[in-house]
Amino acid sequence: MSVKFHINGKAVSANAEPDTPLLWVIRDELGMTGTKFGCGAALCGACTVHLNGSPIRACQTPLSAVSGKKVGTIEGLSKNNDHALQVAWIKHDVPQCGYCQSGQLMSAAALLKTNKNPSDAEIDAAMSGNICRCGTYPRIRAAIKDAAATLRTA
Amino acid sequence: MTTKLTTLATVSTLTTATTASRRSFLKTSALATGGLMLGFALPSSKTEAQAAGTLYTPNAWVHIADDNTITLISARSEMGQGVYTSMPMLIAEELNVSLKQIKVAIAPPKAVYVNALLGAQITGGSTSVRDGWEKLRTGGAQVREMLISAAAAKWNVDRSTLRAENGMVLWGKGTGGKKATYGSLAEAASKLPVPEKVALKDPKDFTIVGKRTKRLDTPAKTNGTAQFGIDVKLPGMVYASLEQCPVIGGKVISFDASKVKGMPGVVDVVQIPDGIAVVATSYWQAQKARKALTVVWDEGTGAKLDHNVVLASTRAAAESGKVLPIGKAVGDVTTAMKGAVKTVKAEYITPMQAHAPLEPMNFTASFANGKCLLIGSTQFQQGAQGAVAGALGIKPEDIELQTTFLGGGFGRRLEVDFIVQAAQISKAIGKPVKLVWSREDDMTHDFYRPLGLNQVTAGLDAAGMPVAMHFKTTSQSVTQRAFGLPKDTFDPFMAEAAVAGYEIPNTQHDLVIHDSGMRVGYWRAVSHNMNAFANESFIDELAAAAGKDPYAYRMALLKGKPRYANVLKLAADKAGWGKALPAGHFRGISLMEGYDTYMAQVAEVSVKNGDVVVHRVTVAADVGHMVNPDTVEAQIQSSIIFGIGAGLMQEVTLDKGRVQQTNYHNYPVVRMNESPKIDIVLVDSKEKPGGIGEPATALVVPAIANAVFAATGKRVRKLPMTADAIKSA
Repeated sequence: MSVKFHINGKAVSANAEPDTPLLWVIRDELGMTGTKFGCGAALCGACTVHLNGSPIRACQTPLSAVSGKKVGTIEGLSKNNDHALQVAWIKHDVPQCGYCQSGQLMSAAALLKTNKNPSDAEIDAAMSGNICRCGTYPRIRAAIKDAAATLRTA
Repeated sequence: MTTKLTTLATVSTLTTATTASRRSFLKTSALATGGLMLGFALPSSKTEAQAAGTLYTPNAWVHIADDNTITLISARSEMGQGVYTSMPMLIAEELNVSLKQIKVAIAPPKAVYVNALLGAQITGGSTSVRDGWEKLRTGGAQVREMLISAAAAKWNVDRSTLRAENGMVLWGKGTGGKKATYGSLAEAASKLPVPEKVALKDPKDFTIVGKRTKRLDTPAKTNGTAQFGIDVKLPGMVYASLEQCPVIGGKVISFDASKVKGMPGVVDVVQIPDGIAVVATSYWQAQKARKALTVVWDEGTGAKLDHNVVLASTRAAAESGKVLPIGKAVGDVTTAMKGAVKTVKAEYITPMQAHAPLEPMNFTASFANGKCLLIGSTQFQQGAQGAVAGALGIKPEDIELQTTFLGGGFGRRLEVDFIVQAAQISKAIGKPVKLVWSREDDMTHDFYRPLGLNQVTAGLDAAGMPVAMHFKTTSQSVTQRAFGLPKDTFDPFMAEAAVAGYEIPNTQHDLVIHDSGMRVGYWRAVSHNMNAFANESFIDELAAAAGKDPYAYRMALLKGKPRYANVLKLAADKAGWGKALPAGHFRGISLMEGYDTYMAQVAEVSVKNGDVVVHRVTVAADVGHMVNPDTVEAQIQSSIIFGIGAGLMQEVTLDKGRVQQTNYHNYPVVRMNESPKIDIVLVDSKEKPGGIGEPATALVVPAIANAVFAATGKRVRKLPMTADAIKSA
């Protein structure tokens, strides 16, 4: 029995068992590998995607829970790597190893959707579920503020 | 070229003698262990070019296609430290191409790509720029000269009238001039002998090296297209999850897979030396089915280990183990100690730690017809190739290895256990397979940073200044395990930063190597972590015993050490040392040379209910010549945040041989809200390049410990600095 949902605006149908975490459906069945596996326990945020616009951890979200819903992944954040956050990420050369950055960007994108002028505390609150083992946090913070400024003037 | 590299190697790190011995024993021991690694000799580029024998490959570093695609080779793995950009920058500087004109490829295992500072094709030890500084510029210059020679022959003009600029060879000016792209000259150039001697630019003429440069891998890392090991997919590939003994080193006695075999997607269940692999058509199916497996283990001697046993045996070894001198003793410590007005003695303990890179261990292997393809994240291409060849009983040349981006390394990916496992599983099932460890597998089956026990004694004169110091570090040798270093042989990777920069008239430094039974590995900054924590905490203790300011006390001992003194002053000035702070905030300072980099840090902390909050870290670093200053800053930021986790939060403990930390909830790492403000001052230095991927990790810990002392009057000598540790200090 397949589960139907939308991913980045496209209707898809997945055949994995309903208890399969969305993460593995996206990666192994749909072949979109931008979303990463880090902990399998919603502790690191590497698998952050949007579900009906809100950030969720795909490693703890069963396929059955997304039936009929809209999933957004890093591949759908922009067509040309030109979301304000991606532009800011490139400007500040945020990534190091880069493994966590899809999750970081998806958490940041969800933050800026509702708050275009986040304070340091608000950035901490939105981003502290996303681990970066390389410690790119100072640049993530600077890039979020930069992108927020761009979005305010857009 | 060989001579230059040897020179570079022999002047690096601690002392000439240590580095030379480091390199030679890696060579020797690797050969002794049956060719785990291959091709140690430093080949000349000439040999490589002839051996390559292909058109458009003038040497090992530059590949030029006839469509004018220029590919520069990075012989080092990109694990965040920026070599995917900095290595090509060094080549491009002399090749006279802009970074916009080139592509980057990561080198396959090959002798020419050996890291001369480590004796094998390894990415580690903050060596990439130090090893590549002359080698890569020479590689670029050779090809530039070959392209010029090719153009001179083509146009029948004197080569001295030609110039190479921006990917073109040019003659004359304007309408009467001639020009040719590198691509159009590549075939002819690649047939020419590689020039032995080429002139390198004066650094003042650099247009790429030393300039802030955008990383070439950033765009792919902001849209999900960068390929890591875990993203590899081969046609017909299946997925494996491996059940290993909960006690590292344990072996399978028997197993029951009857419940596993009917589960959805399960393809096969196979035994390999390290455990039982469940293979399925998706990772999740393999991982889920693995839970239905029953295995009876022979846990082996490891089942007797716990962290208290490790500490106790290390302490016993410190008393009775064979003492290996670190460098030469200075003066006469015994006599000077007797004449001292006051004696200060302290013991410091650094705990075992896991690497915990965010990408869990994984590798993709495809074994067929006696050959094996390996693709994934590794810091050690030759090690992987050699170990898999040994495990499968095939020749190293029948193994093709491709390196992807690494989702963090920190030393964990110097190990090749998971690569061998993937290859063994592929051979057993006859299919391409991707082995993926869970986070729990990763935490509980690491090669852990060894416990460090450092005992330091000093004698002070009437003014409180040190007249004698004895330093002893006791720990486990990773080099013994990984490279077969013989027992009771000096391991330079345990003596880093043991000899601090301070001028003390009588000193003796000793190393005791103790095998605790733990499976240990190199961990970011390696023994700088133990030794800098001890030295920089201890000098602070001496200042306190003398009733002196810790900054001024250090400075008084650095009269003939300008590079140390310079960074110490720069950090103190930038941090506002001695100036007022917000209520409840306190500062601590630290100083070290590591990887040829001189660095000082000032940490500003507050302590509330025993919990340490790091508000700000100020760093001054003299790293010598820089390739990409922006990457230097990024690596300092990275190292500091990594070190804060080590100093405040992380400790690996065991119960009956089982590592108790399983995921990021009980092995916490620094998060955004715990990340301090970091201010960096870089010295404009023309000294030879130093490494920057690691030193700040080791040095931030004593800076924090010294700030905690300033804040609480408590001297924490056992890490991590948790609320309990501070309370009981």
